[in-house]
Amino acid sequence: PVNIKQLAQEFDKKEIGITQGHRLCPGCGAPITVKFVMMIARHLGYEPVVGLATGCLEVSTSIYPYTAWSVPYIHNAFENVAATMSGVETAYKALKNKGKIPEDKKYAFIAFGGDGGTYDIGLQSLSGMLERGHKVLYVLYDNEGYMNTGNQRSGSTPPGSDTTTAPVGKKLPGKVQLKKNIVEIVAAHENVYAATASLSEPMDFFAKVEKALNFDGPSFLAVFSPCVRFWRVNDDKTVEISKLAVETKYWPLYEVERGVYRVTRKPRQFKPVEEFLKAQGRFRKLLSRPDAKEIVDELQEYVDRRWERLLTLEEVTKDKPIR
Amino acid sequence: MERVVERVAVTGAEAVANAMRQIEPDVVAAYPITPQTPIVEYFARFVADGVVRTEMIPVESEHSAMSAVVGAAAAGARAMTATSANGLALMHEIVYIAASYRLPIVMPVVNRALSGPINIHCDHSDAMAERDSGWIQLFAETNQEAYDFTILAVRLAEHEDVRLPVMVNLDGFILSHGVEPVEFYPDELVKKFVGELKPMYPLLDTEHPVTWGPLDLYDYYFEHKRQQIEAMENVKKVFPEIAKEFEETFGRKYWFVEPYRMEDAEHVMVALGSTNSTIKYVVDELREEGYKVGSLKIWMFRPFPKEQLQELLNGRKSVVVLDRAVSFGAEAPLYEAVKSALYEVAARPMLGSYVYGLGGRDIKPEHIRKAFEDAINGNLIADEQRYLGLRE
Repeated sequence: PVNIKQLAQEFDKKEIGITQGHRLCPGCGAPITVKFVMMIARHLGYEPVVGLATGCLEVSTSIYPYTAWSVPYIHNAFENVAATMSGVETAYKALKNKGKIPEDKKYAFIAFGGDGGTYDIGLQSLSGMLERGHKVLYVLYDNEGYMNTGNQRSGSTPPGSDTTTAPVGKKLPGKVQLKKNIVEIVAAHENVYAATASLSEPMDFFAKVEKALNFDGPSFLAVFSPCVRFWRVNDDKTVEISKLAVETKYWPLYEVERGVYRVTRKPRQFKPVEEFLKAQGRFRKLLSRPDAKEIVDELQEYVDRRWERLLTLEEVTKDKPIR
Repeated sequence: MERVVERVAVTGAEAVANAMRQIEPDVVAAYPITPQTPIVEYFARFVADGVVRTEMIPVESEHSAMSAVVGAAAAGARAMTATSANGLALMHEIVYIAASYRLPIVMPVVNRALSGPINIHCDHSDAMAERDSGWIQLFAETNQEAYDFTILAVRLAEHEDVRLPVMVNLDGFILSHGVEPVEFYPDELVKKFVGELKPMYPLLDTEHPVTWGPLDLYDYYFEHKRQQIEAMENVKKVFPEIAKEFEETFGRKYWFVEPYRMEDAEHVMVALGSTNSTIKYVVDELREEGYKVGSLKIWMFRPFPKEQLQELLNGRKSVVVLDRAVSFGAEAPLYEAVKSALYEVAARPMLGSYVYGLGGRDIKPEHIRKAFEDAINGNLIADEQRYLGLRE
């Protein structure tokens, strides 16, 4: 596998596909996510064609008459990047069958969506794309809320996070529901590759992008993508927070390939989930509540159980792919 | 090439599906909805049997159908879909996007009443809800026209001065499920007529990367809308050219509107779609009785053929407009357009607005006769909306 140094040397001379000059916040996880994905795609000889769901990444990289993209790019709407890329990929198949595209040209169809466009409004479109088996890599940059519109609650927002539509108030402790488990939802479709990734584990990230691109079917990468602005952290803490998420079992790194689970990073020692919460301003109000301990304990119990469950799934699904 | 036509009795759905077979688009993405379903079924059969090389995307909703054809068309493929009523309403957001991206998508719309209450039968509320979306809208009277327009629309949509999507409207059940004789043209002739799509800025051209659908704010959005207006205006120049070529190739003449017994007509009825057949029947009856009546069928509703209407209706005694849709709190859409067009003519006719056939309510010759009689008797009030076939 390629290492970071090689990648740096390679892309010192050629374009990654997304260029400088975009207007994302310093410290935003989204452009790092894009660069990681695009570098691997191009390193492997793919010609990327990207689609974006409406969101931070989209509005900040394509303000007319400028664009930060040096590869073919399409943005259609908020909830339909998966359907749009289904159309792009099908056009490719049709034109290839008619001999209008060189046989040996390797395209990578890559969709980027935030958690709002993926967990919530775009879920149906995503499910349709997965079910129909379009060979598209869907990359979720999960910043756990509608950050483009100013920090509203999404199906991905964790409990206790202070958002404008589920604020931590005098009575309510912010959002009370757990995050939707998007990877399980994706993995429940037949013949898919689904994985989580973290910016703090680039080698694991790269390996998963490679696997996803070479997978014969739809693939999905859920990237933990800090929003420094609304998570209330310094803009140099992106990777640190990502690392904490992995070390506290908040964001376990694993993959599901045709139903076979594999936990790709197993830290020797775990930190309490409270450390992850304490490091971010978005949980500050929660942590100052009298019932904070109860809520934190519940979350701790949840991440522990989920981790145990993942290990069990890894054990029992070993060598038992769905197909 | 010799023009050997095959005359067969088919439903409108089969006629349209057959046009799609002959066009053989690269991609069709569609979701079933009554009464559009048979179009998709016929076409899926063509794909399953290998009759066409089209890639079909059996999407999970109409929203995704339109989203996928936008993706396919932007990628450089000739892409089509078809829908009805609620399906069109679900697409609505992307219908606007398709037009603003100047994608030459052709979409048969089998007209059906919009919910609620839910209803599956014909009216034009679905098409009228999209009249400002930036799509060209053609309306067919017969299955032959539905077939012809589907073919013609490809050329119109893809013309370099136009590059706009086209809706081919055909009345739900009345045409889609009604059997009429249709003359099918030879496959090779249709293929020659539609030719090859010349993609513009296709996504699959990685040598020339482009950004489709950027964020367009107050500094450019307005100018881009102006370009869209211009493209729609160009249809008025381009459509007669393509219609002429269509006539030379297939022998059928099309224009913005179809005047029927209009030469000396004092009273003219204006309508969209299949009801025009019934209107013609009544015109013939009234003519036999000595009344100078005629009718004007609107083939193209968007862009609205204002100049043609002004020319044809100026100086008539009265004009009666039939609408199969309403605009709550305002005048019915076709009536509003006709009335507005006649504002500046030298000799303004008397005007009457008649709403009929909502939710598939049958329109009978006596209803049409009643409206004509109002006109003949000078009993029209321009600001009054009247109803045909309604229990009150």
